[in-house]
Amino acid sequence: MSQWEPKIVAFLCSWSSYPGADYAGLTRLAYPPNIRIIKVPCAGRINPKFILSALRRGADGVWISACHPGDCHYLEGNLYARRKFALMKSLLEHTGIEPGRVHFSWISATEGHKFADVAKEVVSSAKALGPAKHMIKKEAEVA
Amino acid sequence: MQGYTERIQEAARRLLADKRVDVVIGFRKGTVPFMNEPFLAKNLDQVRQLHWDGNCGINLANYLPKRTDRIGIVAKGCDSRNIVVHLLEYQIKREQLYILGAPCRGMIDRRRILASLDGRDPSSAEEKDGVIKVVGSDFEVTLDRQEYLQENCSICIHRNPVIFDELLAEPVPEQQDVDRYPDVRQVEAMSPEQRWVYFDDLIKTCIRCYACRNACPLCFCPTCFVEESRPQWVGKSIDPTDVRTFHFLRAYHVAGRCTDCGACERACPVGIKMRQFTKKLEKDIKELYGYEAGVISDQRPPLDTYRPDDPQQFIK
Repeated sequence: MSQWEPKIVAFLCSWSSYPGADYAGLTRLAYPPNIRIIKVPCAGRINPKFILSALRRGADGVWISACHPGDCHYLEGNLYARRKFALMKSLLEHTGIEPGRVHFSWISATEGHKFADVAKEVVSSAKALGPAKHMIKKEAEVA
Repeated sequence: MQGYTERIQEAARRLLADKRVDVVIGFRKGTVPFMNEPFLAKNLDQVRQLHWDGNCGINLANYLPKRTDRIGIVAKGCDSRNIVVHLLEYQIKREQLYILGAPCRGMIDRRRILASLDGRDPSSAEEKDGVIKVVGSDFEVTLDRQEYLQENCSICIHRNPVIFDELLAEPVPEQQDVDRYPDVRQVEAMSPEQRWVYFDDLIKTCIRCYACRNACPLCFCPTCFVEESRPQWVGKSIDPTDVRTFHFLRAYHVAGRCTDCGACERACPVGIKMRQFTKKLEKDIKELYGYEAGVISDQRPPLDTYRPDDPQQFIK
């Protein structure tokens, strides 16, 4: 178990948080390599099913990041998403998913430092919780 | 609720005779006690089958989407709220509807009554003045109606229809000072692991029959997420993760739309209390956005709108 590293699925909006990750790289900031990035056009594109799907496939953490309110490239995608995510996170936690598994953040294209900081926080909270044990779909084992 | 049957039949006869509507959606008496069935009266001969008592718990708003004719519909408080949701979601046009509002004193939970009979078979039941008289071949018991209401009815705060063209009776007094969420708070107080176990226990008997979905007036998508195959979000098995995913998404799907009519629990053949999922969302939406589903007909549903200052403490 000492070898275990959490797998984090990160859904990043292509206008802010994805360039934010780029910027963190350009400024040579170190952040944990546990993050698998999936680029999406907008926070509004993220269906709550995506989050469940990641958890079902064994993600130890899910991180969703998008533009700050008011900065959305599509003007209001993140504002609709904010309501969706508030309820999603609340219901996930109400039904027994640990609060440290699912994270949300606003990160703009120039906030490389914030990106690295939140990445560290997301990974360390997943590490503290240990490997995900709930919601994982066990596939039939084929000999 | 005495006298409703006559009022419904009178109104249906009038509406059909005047060609004001093409069909009247109501209930007729079922073949076994405590089980009334939805009934669509399309001509004057069928009107006398229309019936009303405390076993009309099915949500009739479920029969509205995609209809193109003119409809008379009997609506309790919850049915009328679901009609409002349908109007907001463009599933039916107001001018198609003639709503017969039925002020409601709660519907009977047949399971609890049957359980109280210790296996004896009732052959008929009658409601009068707040009591239910259950008669079987070798017994007769009288039960207090208030004690045997469906759980959602006993905490209902919208018993009178919110939208109607005519009322079948004088409005009933709304229940005051109802605590709608003691059970939700109890779960909230648990640790994550306890909550996981609690919901595991809750849904472990699920056979994935989708009766809850089919009884739900909100479920009208052309392709339900459980039937999507590319990508397949939910496996079709009774694997615990698939069952969990189904119940989670079903509840999430009705967020901000669910009126807590109890149709899902009523339909469930194994008695799962799936309202535990939806009630949490209902509580959150009330606390975060101050919205109650189906009460105001000119306000967009909470997930179809936003406010610039929505709560966002959970976002880093």
